[in-house]
Amino acid sequence: MHKTLGHSTGRLIGMLCLGFMSCVVSVSHAAEIIKPAQRIVSLLPSLTETVCALGACNRLVGVDRYSNWPESIAQLPRMGGGIDPNIESIVALKPDLVLMAGSARGVDRLRSLGLTVLTLEPKNYADVQNALGVVAKAIGVPSKDSDRVWRDMNAQVAEISISMPQYAKAQRVYFEVSPVPFGASESSFIGETLQRLGAKNILPQAMGLFPQVSPEFVVRAQPDIIMVGDSNLSDMQARPGWANLLAMRNGRVCTFSPKESDVLVRPGPRMVEAARLMSQCLLDKSASQAKPNS
Amino acid sequence: MSLNKSNHWFFALTMLLLLAIGIGIGISVGSSGLGSLQNAWRDDVAWQIIWQIRLPRTLGAFAAGALLGLAGALAQGLFRNPLADPYLLGSASGATLGVALALAFYGGNQFAPDAFVRVGLTGAAFIGALFAVVLTLLLAKGVQHTMRLLLAGVIVGVVMGAIASLISLMRPDVLQNMQGFLLGSTAFIGWSAFFVMVCVLLPCLCLAWFFGFAMDALSLGESTALSLGVPLRSMRIVLVLLVALATGTAVAQTGLIAFVGLAAPHLVRSTTSVKSASLAILSALMGGVLLLVADILARSVIAPQELPVGVLTAVLGGGYLLWLMYRNQNQGGLR
Repeated sequence: MHKTLGHSTGRLIGMLCLGFMSCVVSVSHAAEIIKPAQRIVSLLPSLTETVCALGACNRLVGVDRYSNWPESIAQLPRMGGGIDPNIESIVALKPDLVLMAGSARGVDRLRSLGLTVLTLEPKNYADVQNALGVVAKAIGVPSKDSDRVWRDMNAQVAEISISMPQYAKAQRVYFEVSPVPFGASESSFIGETLQRLGAKNILPQAMGLFPQVSPEFVVRAQPDIIMVGDSNLSDMQARPGWANLLAMRNGRVCTFSPKESDVLVRPGPRMVEAARLMSQCLLDKSASQAKPNS
Repeated sequence: MSLNKSNHWFFALTMLLLLAIGIGIGISVGSSGLGSLQNAWRDDVAWQIIWQIRLPRTLGAFAAGALLGLAGALAQGLFRNPLADPYLLGSASGATLGVALALAFYGGNQFAPDAFVRVGLTGAAFIGALFAVVLTLLLAKGVQHTMRLLLAGVIVGVVMGAIASLISLMRPDVLQNMQGFLLGSTAFIGWSAFFVMVCVLLPCLCLAWFFGFAMDALSLGESTALSLGVPLRSMRIVLVLLVALATGTAVAQTGLIAFVGLAAPHLVRSTTSVKSASLAILSALMGGVLLLVADILARSVIAPQELPVGVLTAVLGGGYLLWLMYRNQNQGGLR
């Protein structure tokens, strides 16, 4: 780090050299984190939640503007978001670890300023497990603890899955992530949860994690159940042909409040809660479907 | 055109004075407040904030604005059209496409070849901008016909913009970054970005000064310019390359920043009447000061949060231009 430069009066002279050095020498950012991080900045909600699940919530000193769980982080200073991380505020917090998405802006800039930046962007169950392990290592939590968090999560999702009655299984589901519309496919963590609950996803793995779907595709696929954030619903009804979707006509659409949506779309420790929300939806809507037939 | 030499110097000195004041304010304000400046000599992190974040950012904002202002003045001289914008030759969309491609390839693959990572987004934007301009030139079959050049620029811009949008639609993970790029920001300028811009700015300024006489001749009409012995063809090629280089470099470091390139030459013309050479230099100074002021506002208005500077320049520049237009309407519209 450049701060090794002394406080001597020669500082002004050193400035020019320093400026040149910072552009010529690419600062090597240590991949190995030697001592457990004590001051953590997290710029991704799922990573914030991961840190807290590992019991290190009190070591967070700053978070991005979208992190809103657990409540204990409400008072932490906000460092912007993935598009506009506030470089100066982050540096001013003197963090010894910055967690952020690899696709966020400013990763290189923060590293060149001498900060240790870990980039993680979980998208499926394996990623979430990996992120738990990597974050645990960086903050000095024994791997047996992070393994336990992961095992507990898995066990609870399995428990929810086992409790699903037969009539609620094999439902064909369309899960909409954002109103462009983007849906969650089988390969995403949302798709994996649905699969574990015994549901079928109308968006196959081959379409990628969160593919953009054409309105026609969904009309053709005729999902049994639609899951969507409640702000998207009106937009959905206005799409050509969608008002006549069987799921729409029969009211088999689950809408989620913004808070619930946060739980559903964040690949982190709250995936158990997400599984619970989805299973409740499957139960409710399958029951309403089962009744007219019986 | 009346020439008032002392007027130019006065204008230039005012700009330099504003630059000096701007640098002073630039290193004092930011998310972490004035405290960083007071503690800079005691606290290493405060020092780092001043020296490695605020100063390069402040100077970088000036350099990027200067590049855009210069490119704007050159584009307006080249096309003999006061509404010409440095983004006209498709360079903005080209840069956007370059960034979209880089993100789509690099973003999805953690193990991208090292060289590619090193070229990075800035390189991709720069290459994209240059590629777009070359394509525009090819489509326009050279630089002789201004109308054809303008039209080709618009076409290349639209097509490349569409491809960039398509890529970000197909790759939702890229959307966020693309959005950031389109907003424009001076927040990520470090010393290296600043030096790159200065290394491009200085030779561009020299060349613009050198070709000023030719642009003056061109302003009298093509046939007059030719009869005066101006080598129109080679001059146009140089000017087009200068516009592309200046715009590409600025866009690569900051993303798309609206209106500076368009507004700076107008602001210069509205205060002083100048020859093309001086107009280019003064527009560069004006553009630099404009973006510097916008940057200072961007980081102080809602501190400790920040506004994207591109949004601010669009609102301020657009508003000012509109005012200028209405004010001058009685005098025959925009000068």
